[in-house]
Amino acid sequence: MGSRASSLLREEDIEEIKKETGFSHSQITRLYSRFHSLDKGENGALSREDFQRIPELAINPLGDRIINAFFPEGEDQVNFRGFMRTLAHFRPVEDNEKNKDLTSGEPLNSRTNKLHFAFQLYDLDRDDKISRDELLQVLRMMVGVNISDEQLGSIADRTIQEADTNGDMCISFSEFTKVLEKVDVEQKMSIRFLH
Amino acid sequence: MTDLFGFWAVFFPVLRVWFTCLVVLIMLPAMFGISLGITETYMKILLKTLEWATHRIQRASRAEEILKRSASNGLIQRNDSSLEQEIEELRRNRPKTAERGDFTLSDVLYFSTRGIESIVEDDVTQRFTSEELVSWNLLTRTNNNFQYISLRLTVLWGVGVVVRYCILLPLRITLTAIGLSWLVIGTTMVGFLPNFRVKGWLSELVHLMCYRICARGLSATIHYHNKQNRPKRGGICVANHTSPIDVVILANDGCYAMVGQVHGGLMGVLQRAMERSCPHIWFERAEMRDRHLVTQRLRDHVNNKTKLPILIFPEGTCINNTSVMMFKKGSFEIGGTIYPVAIKYDPQFGDAFWNSSKYSMVSYLLRMMTSWAIVCNVWYLPPMTQEEGEDAVQFANRVKSTIAQQGGLVDLAWDGGLKRAKVKESFKEQQQKKYSHMVVGDDSSD
Repeated sequence: MGSRASSLLREEDIEEIKKETGFSHSQITRLYSRFHSLDKGENGALSREDFQRIPELAINPLGDRIINAFFPEGEDQVNFRGFMRTLAHFRPVEDNEKNKDLTSGEPLNSRTNKLHFAFQLYDLDRDDKISRDELLQVLRMMVGVNISDEQLGSIADRTIQEADTNGDMCISFSEFTKVLEKVDVEQKMSIRFLH
Repeated sequence: MTDLFGFWAVFFPVLRVWFTCLVVLIMLPAMFGISLGITETYMKILLKTLEWATHRIQRASRAEEILKRSASNGLIQRNDSSLEQEIEELRRNRPKTAERGDFTLSDVLYFSTRGIESIVEDDVTQRFTSEELVSWNLLTRTNNNFQYISLRLTVLWGVGVVVRYCILLPLRITLTAIGLSWLVIGTTMVGFLPNFRVKGWLSELVHLMCYRICARGLSATIHYHNKQNRPKRGGICVANHTSPIDVVILANDGCYAMVGQVHGGLMGVLQRAMERSCPHIWFERAEMRDRHLVTQRLRDHVNNKTKLPILIFPEGTCINNTSVMMFKKGSFEIGGTIYPVAIKYDPQFGDAFWNSSKYSMVSYLLRMMTSWAIVCNVWYLPPMTQEEGEDAVQFANRVKSTIAQQGGLVDLAWDGGLKRAKVKESFKEQQQKKYSHMVVGDDSSD
């Protein structure tokens, strides 16, 4: 039977998601179709396996970390709201962004929130610090078997040394923001919608 | 009791009339390849109706702000630049250190954006579900985002349901049943004849007639292009795969030797019958695993220039007719001339794609028979042979590109087997290797 995905999404839900994430009506319905097509179990939520089924994501070296970003602490399922909330980080920043009535002070796709998303890719245990160990693990994911442990270790040390300003041998979020201050995060962490 | 008898007395003549009409108006012309113009008229009416419906929906949608889909149906704009380019750009503002190659915390932005892009829209998973239509074609099954528009449209849809399920469906089932039984009977009869040239000619005739009846049973309108390139004996015909109906579509215009696994049940009966009148290649399940054996049998068949061309679908699985996926190299190692064929269905009249994880063969056939019609274009492409210094994989890719280009399909390198299987780790390792070069510069160990 053809997908009746959009009929399962109520208008009130769409309005709420619109307010929370800033996506347009049509974008939300298209993304709901996408959510529905990924949801093989048809239970209204995505599991990690559902994400793994996307070949391009499965071959992404940081695929697992990105998938993890969708799931709140300790949970195995993400519903459509959660899905949209995470995707909202990658919404482009428009210059004349009208300040919609948002529950939190800042829109999800602000520079700070985008940087926070990137920070969390490194911060494995979610304690708001990137330790040497965590940095090493993520580096290992990105380079595979092609670089030796010693080399990787020295790269990690150098990175922490350059970034760490308060001497605790970890990178905090503010130190992370400082390192990336010249990077065009708004442009690099945005996906362009065609509609 | 008398009621039943009375009913039967009325019903029987009706049935007789029905059958005579069927035979005279549809079967006989079909068998001999002539057309009475009934299908053409039906298609014209259908086209006009669908155009009207589209017009209505667009008018309403302008008022309701429902999105207008772009021609490509894409959701986001994908960035085509390479890993190296993107990471260079990310590092641009960082103070340059002495050594080439570097790690920066911003490198992760590249992977995260690519990852999120592939979550929103990827090239592969969309190929295993039916294509989304730009505008609704009055079938419930394709009703994705279209809401209630007007009473007239709904009435039209209702009429469509009645026509399709109560008139067209019984008609089509009857035709297919006749077609298949004639196939079995005809081929068995031909099988009894001694091996004269007449046998081959008769066998071809029987096959053609039956496939033509079956095609009518699906209300298939097929346009063949470039018939001069039709596959010849001793060759291998290669085509993109969308559904089991592809076989009927191609066999309507020529005779092929089929290749496939031995099945039980109805399929098995058909296979055994067809085998009697002319040689096809059926493999036992266990034999299929032995690639050497498979190649050898195919090679023997091809080298015998009197035998019919083999029909192979190198994708190995059904794809939704918007793209062509990786061609398995096995068919291209046999030798012999390859005759590529591109098949493109028009989704407006009926979606031909078989989503085997969602529908069984029977429910798929029912869906086919309750669509408006099957309309497709078949292009015969000029024959190709393996060139000097080209290996089987390159040859396969070359043929794939030709077919994709002719059919207006997207040429993908991904394996159709990803429908069920996981992607190989080696692709991830490739990415990791590329990235490692960016981290340590060009003096890495290899």
